[in-house]
Amino acid sequence: MKTLVPPQFRVVRDPERCIQCQVCVNQCSFNAQYFDAEDKVVRTREENCVGCHRCAALCPTRALTITRNPMDYKANLNWKSGDIEDIWRQAESGGMLLTGMGNDKGYRIYWDHLLLNASQVTNPSIDPLREPMELTTYIGRKPDRVHVSADGVKLETTLAPQVKLEIPVMFAAMSYGAVSLNVHESLARAATEMGTLWNTGEGGLHETLYKYGQNTIVQVASGRFGVHSKYLHAGRVVEIKIGQGAKPGIGGHLPGEKVSADVALTRMIPRGSDALSPAPQHDIYSIEDLTQLIYALKEATNYTKPISVKIAAVHNSAAIASGMVRAGADIIVLDGLRGATGAAPKVIRDNVGIPIELALASVDSRLRQEGIRNQASLVISGGIRNSGDVAKAIALGADAVYIGTAALVALGCHVCQQCHTGKCAWGICTTDLGLTRRINPDIGAQRLSNLLRGWGLEIKDMLGGMGVNALESLRGNRLHLRGVGLSDTELEILGVRMAGS
Amino acid sequence: MEKTRTRKTTIDATGIYYRDLNAKLRSLVSQGIEDIEILNAYGQRYIGTDLNKPVTIEITGTPGNDLGSFMDGPTIIVHGNAQDGTGNTMNAGKIIVHGRAGDTTMLSARGGEIYIRDSVGYRAGIHIKEYGDKIPVLVIGGTAQDFVGEYMAGGVLVLLGINVENHPASYIGTGMHGGVIYLRGRVEEHQLGKEVGVAELSETDRVTFTRLVQEYCRHFGNNAEDILKQDFIKLYPKTLRPYGRLYTY
Amino acid sequence: MKELWKINNPHNDDKVIDACSIFGAMDVSGKAFSGTGVIKAISNMHDRSNGLGGGFAVYGLYPDYAEHYAFHIMYLNEAARHETERFLKDNFYIVHDEIVPTKPTTGIINPPLFWRYFIDIGKHKPTEMADDDYLVDKVMTINATIEDVFVFSSGKNMGVFKGVGYPEQIAEFFRLDEYEGYLWTAHGRFPTNTPGWWGGAHPFSILDWTVVHNGEISSYGTNRRCLEEFGYKCTMQTDTEVVAYALDLLVRKHNLPMELVAKVLAPPFWNDINRLPPGKKELMLALRQVYGGLLLNGPFTFIIAHEGEMIGLTDRIRLRPLTVGEKGTMLYLSSEESAIRLISPELDNVWTPMGGEPVIGRLGKPLPSHKEPAGALR
Repeated sequence: MKTLVPPQFRVVRDPERCIQCQVCVNQCSFNAQYFDAEDKVVRTREENCVGCHRCAALCPTRALTITRNPMDYKANLNWKSGDIEDIWRQAESGGMLLTGMGNDKGYRIYWDHLLLNASQVTNPSIDPLREPMELTTYIGRKPDRVHVSADGVKLETTLAPQVKLEIPVMFAAMSYGAVSLNVHESLARAATEMGTLWNTGEGGLHETLYKYGQNTIVQVASGRFGVHSKYLHAGRVVEIKIGQGAKPGIGGHLPGEKVSADVALTRMIPRGSDALSPAPQHDIYSIEDLTQLIYALKEATNYTKPISVKIAAVHNSAAIASGMVRAGADIIVLDGLRGATGAAPKVIRDNVGIPIELALASVDSRLRQEGIRNQASLVISGGIRNSGDVAKAIALGADAVYIGTAALVALGCHVCQQCHTGKCAWGICTTDLGLTRRINPDIGAQRLSNLLRGWGLEIKDMLGGMGVNALESLRGNRLHLRGVGLSDTELEILGVRMAGS
Repeated sequence: MEKTRTRKTTIDATGIYYRDLNAKLRSLVSQGIEDIEILNAYGQRYIGTDLNKPVTIEITGTPGNDLGSFMDGPTIIVHGNAQDGTGNTMNAGKIIVHGRAGDTTMLSARGGEIYIRDSVGYRAGIHIKEYGDKIPVLVIGGTAQDFVGEYMAGGVLVLLGINVENHPASYIGTGMHGGVIYLRGRVEEHQLGKEVGVAELSETDRVTFTRLVQEYCRHFGNNAEDILKQDFIKLYPKTLRPYGRLYTY
Repeated sequence: MKELWKINNPHNDDKVIDACSIFGAMDVSGKAFSGTGVIKAISNMHDRSNGLGGGFAVYGLYPDYAEHYAFHIMYLNEAARHETERFLKDNFYIVHDEIVPTKPTTGIINPPLFWRYFIDIGKHKPTEMADDDYLVDKVMTINATIEDVFVFSSGKNMGVFKGVGYPEQIAEFFRLDEYEGYLWTAHGRFPTNTPGWWGGAHPFSILDWTVVHNGEISSYGTNRRCLEEFGYKCTMQTDTEVVAYALDLLVRKHNLPMELVAKVLAPPFWNDINRLPPGKKELMLALRQVYGGLLLNGPFTFIIAHEGEMIGLTDRIRLRPLTVGEKGTMLYLSSEESAIRLISPELDNVWTPMGGEPVIGRLGKPLPSHKEPAGALR
């Protein structure tokens, strides 16, 4: 059937500059560039272009420019091009629309309506370049109080396992299979260098990466891929994945084409077979079942590791989170509406869940009201773009954040949303060995470390400006936030006051 | 209350508000008085500020904060302890304290010399800086608390460590990007700011150092030879631009 | 107390910002001394306050009623007094009550009425409840629910006197030169965002704990939320109230010794903790991990007092000053050394403590006599 969907992009080649070297042809994994052997000239199949810029970025003469296809429809504020074209795609195929990355709709980004405070006169700002400025965070369950011996010198309380983060930014779960081994290695090495954690995602841990175990969160999801005793013991934290912000309530499906020999080995499934993650964990149909799995994992790791539970931020997250804490979770992860994915049905990605800022504020408030906030660390993910977002998240009450998309962007991702195709031209979200080579783990680790280093400096600058020299003094300190352009209800849920008040 | 001789005057500061005391000092200096003795100082601030002549002020008691701040020429001798902010942003002159001094001694000074017989509080010599022949000098007989020499951009800071077993300070010279600190004995690596290097004193260092020790001893009656034969190290900034790679564009 | 708050702080700011002078004097032998010297010392630091708040706490104040809780209460009108006294009679046994003697003082404008009550809890309290908990609950009830009244002192054998004015004016108004105690703390206030109200002056107190404070707690929001989880209601919206409740929690409820409480409020840096010997390291680590929400961040000096103990503490990078002086059995804590020298010229020891290191004076115990590491003045 001939498609009605027009090309999304236009590839403009400057003939003055183009030297016919075919770098673009070799770099394009979507077959949008080809060499016309007959005419001996490089040409473009624009309908294949995804706007990833790989060709343009590597073109030695900067001869290529990628622009949006300027073709307009009759102006219509109701029927926009995407709505029309999605209908054509479905009419031509009968399928569900599949996509990658996070929600790209215009839902309100609350980070951009929150502003931080700074000291003037009555308390000094603290200069982070010269004075100590502490970002260290320990995640894990905290007791209500500390008991000491009568002489005041001996600790008599045994704390649950605590994990130290030198910077409250961790790398979010992205499974091997969804992303390449080189991406995993880059994340693992950067986390180790920067004193934070990376997350295996649900596809197991490649044997070459076990040596980074002390900085690894090993995930246990509904598919239980690559989950075995050695895997559980390898990590510093074990995370149970209930849901994901990009597709709350939905399982996963790693197509057989991405299940390479190494992926098969790591996931412990036959090569080339589909890897199916069921929508629910079939041993968790209720909160008491969650307790059972949490304690199964605690037993399996002899109570040496915090157990994290990750859910998608949904309407009643606060009540769910309360139950999770009472079920024994040491760390709660909330993944918001803008959380990304390697593949998700577009209708789910774009329409299900709630913004992470509101989920965070309500969960933190609820746990505090119930007096159990100390019993679990609160980690958020889904839509953290810069260190300002991190600082605001901490002030709203988060202990730490995950970054997924931001980490991939650091590696070169151009957010073209083609993760589900397995053809990532940047070599990130693919297992095609021809493409995965494009990420060099030496450079990848360095780029990720640099990003965290820069964010760390910026967070210290913000803390110093607010007159505090330890991150725990910003945590939950919503008085250091003010809202702009928000309704009273939004301000109330966020627990912040209007700027100027 | 005051006995005016030809060029010397004594003021009993008991119960005098600082603004009145400093107005009195301005008036006396403008009359050509060159030696002023202040008795019974109890916390009057800004003594010596805005007296831009090479007069000598001798204080008995406890002068208040910002002693000699913005000072440009006078010599102040304190028989007792000084409080916080002694020599704040001073430009020229000398302050000699027969006792201890509080926090932020010599903050941001551009010139002049300060000699403290005993120890000082936090952030001594913070951000002192030099230009051309304007080189501030801070000599401390004992030791200092945290952040001594913080942000130091020039000048000379000396910790003689008299009667000191260990220097208690952390963050010594943190952010240092100019000047030099001479320090008796040793400090642990973790006590130093990350911008600070450690070295032996060179011949040139020895010349400056010896001169300052001798002057300290002249003020307080110690034996310079005894001090000079002790082990001293030199702390210096590893780079003039510690933050050259901090930013990206 | 809603009305007092409204009238005096029309801005209704979330938090009061203060800069200040503070002073404390204690005779560790327990000998009582008059307030004359302390008044002289705090007024010597006149320029650190701006006339919008002054106050004193005195321990060993009411030896004749040492076993009874002493309430100091301010009223805006007689109706408030009648309603409050009905409440007191319903919940306590009043041993004695009297008007707090005052005298007209220049600069003291339109003061509230001051009464004091010596009370027993009697048989009003549920048996399962501790006396102190009952008392705190009732004081909070009065302050939160009855209008135009504020209980500002409620400990045994001690009392707080405070109000709007320079500390020397407050002292004159309350005739403090006529009282004696073995421990005095004093405060001169420089509030920057409120016209000042009588209840908002320092010291702040709960039971016999009092706090005077110089500085601002930039971590206020975090600290307040932490305390609210433990059931405290921060009605006064000041940094200092947060400190008082933190002390109540850590000392009275969690039984931590003051040396460790100081390490909660002003903890060592993580790097310093890492260098501690085993045992101590785990203890400090646990304190900071568990009580991170009570870390007081930002510039501060506190003088904390309760029966038999006076503590001076600064923030961990000492952004506010504190000088310690010792003479005989006397321990002095002050924003400035000159204030100590004024009343005790020949001191045995003078030093400035390291940031986060508490200086503790205890009845019947030797003075801290921490010798400055070097060249300390004799």
